[in-house]
Amino acid sequence: MTTLQEQFDATVAHSDRIEPRDWMPEGYRKTLVRQIAQHAHSEIIGMQPEGNWLTRAPSLRRKAILLAKVQDEAGHGLYLYSACETLGVSRLELTEMLLAGAQKYSSIFNYPTLSYADVGTIGWLVDGAAICNQVPLCRTSYGPYGRAMVRICKEESFHQRQGYELLTTMMRGTDEQRAMVQESVDRFWWPALMMFGPPDADSPNTVQSMEWGIKRNTNDDLRQRFVDMSVPQAEALGVTLPDPALRWNDERGHHDFGEPDWEEFMAVVKGNGPCNAQRIAHRRRAHDDGAWVREAALAFAERSAEESRA
Amino acid sequence: MPETEWPLWEVFVRGKRGLNHVHVGSLHAADDEMAVRHARDVYTRRNEGVSIWVVRSTDVTASSPDEKDPMFAPSGDKVYRHPTFYAIPDDVPHM
Ligand SMILES: [Fe+2]
Ligand SMILES: [Fe+2]
Repeated sequence: MTTLQEQFDATVAHSDRIEPRDWMPEGYRKTLVRQIAQHAHSEIIGMQPEGNWLTRAPSLRRKAILLAKVQDEAGHGLYLYSACETLGVSRLELTEMLLAGAQKYSSIFNYPTLSYADVGTIGWLVDGAAICNQVPLCRTSYGPYGRAMVRICKEESFHQRQGYELLTTMMRGTDEQRAMVQESVDRFWWPALMMFGPPDADSPNTVQSMEWGIKRNTNDDLRQRFVDMSVPQAEALGVTLPDPALRWNDERGHHDFGEPDWEEFMAVVKGNGPCNAQRIAHRRRAHDDGAWVREAALAFAERSAEESRA
Repeated sequence: MPETEWPLWEVFVRGKRGLNHVHVGSLHAADDEMAVRHARDVYTRRNEGVSIWVVRSTDVTASSPDEKDPMFAPSGDKVYRHPTFYAIPDDVPHM
């Protein structure tokens, strides 16, 4: 007779999936709840910086694209909340933990979108970094999380391509438009690198997460992959990535690059980024303003059910 | 008064004609009609389906708390249920 722990270990060792009704160690469940919730919150809060440009998109075509993209991000949040709820937390608890600051979201969404070019840069770099993070998560050991990631990854490629196409269009425009793109890339490059989390040496949970098959790659691995992918894309676009240390290293077969400002990263994570307060206040307002709708719909459903019984 | 959540629904989508409905995830809705509408927006924004079923999560009866329990073990030793159990000479066609 094998113990529950042994069964769990064997499943993970075979790269099989753990499903909601399986026994799992408490630490595994907690880590998953934290990671999936943080991921879901990021998708939901992530609608705000881009939503900022919805009413000011320069054409109907661009507006339709941006609307579809932002709606996708809402969908991503919902897939992930659904996966998280299979671990025994409720949606309301998750929302309340976000609003109370007890659970985090990606620090990238605490930066403002100051120009319309930011819509393109976010699609290219921010969704690009998200893709790097998310593709390996399709093989994560927790079934519902992996399946949500598969759905999300199918949609992300549209996000990145529309952003890159937007930037190429601006780069074919006027000098001012090209300067706008460069200025936007200058602001987003380093925060995009920070999306992969702190360096491996300062990421104590990574080892355990990899043993459990939750994470498949370390933060530094994924960051390197992202830099290597972005350099030729930047060249094709005709922008300069704002890192004087960035150069190809023949020996390593990778690009060397500079160190992100980890003090800034920690400050933003702790709540002191340019938009932290604004993002949460907006989310809280949306939640509070929607309360009467949720109540009314529930009351209507109850009355309809009673009437059909009568 | 503490807020009551809308109930949870499991969503099943038929990808195209000729396929079964497959479980795709869950969502919250006040009633069944709203659950179908939400499922349409959340799970089929790109022609992922031609038909949607929703069922209240509390109405799902599962085989057991553990997905890999002995309920499925007996089929393991009934190998004669599989076509590969039977040796047929190579020169017999269409089998
Ligand atoms: Fe997303
Ligand atoms: Fe995206």
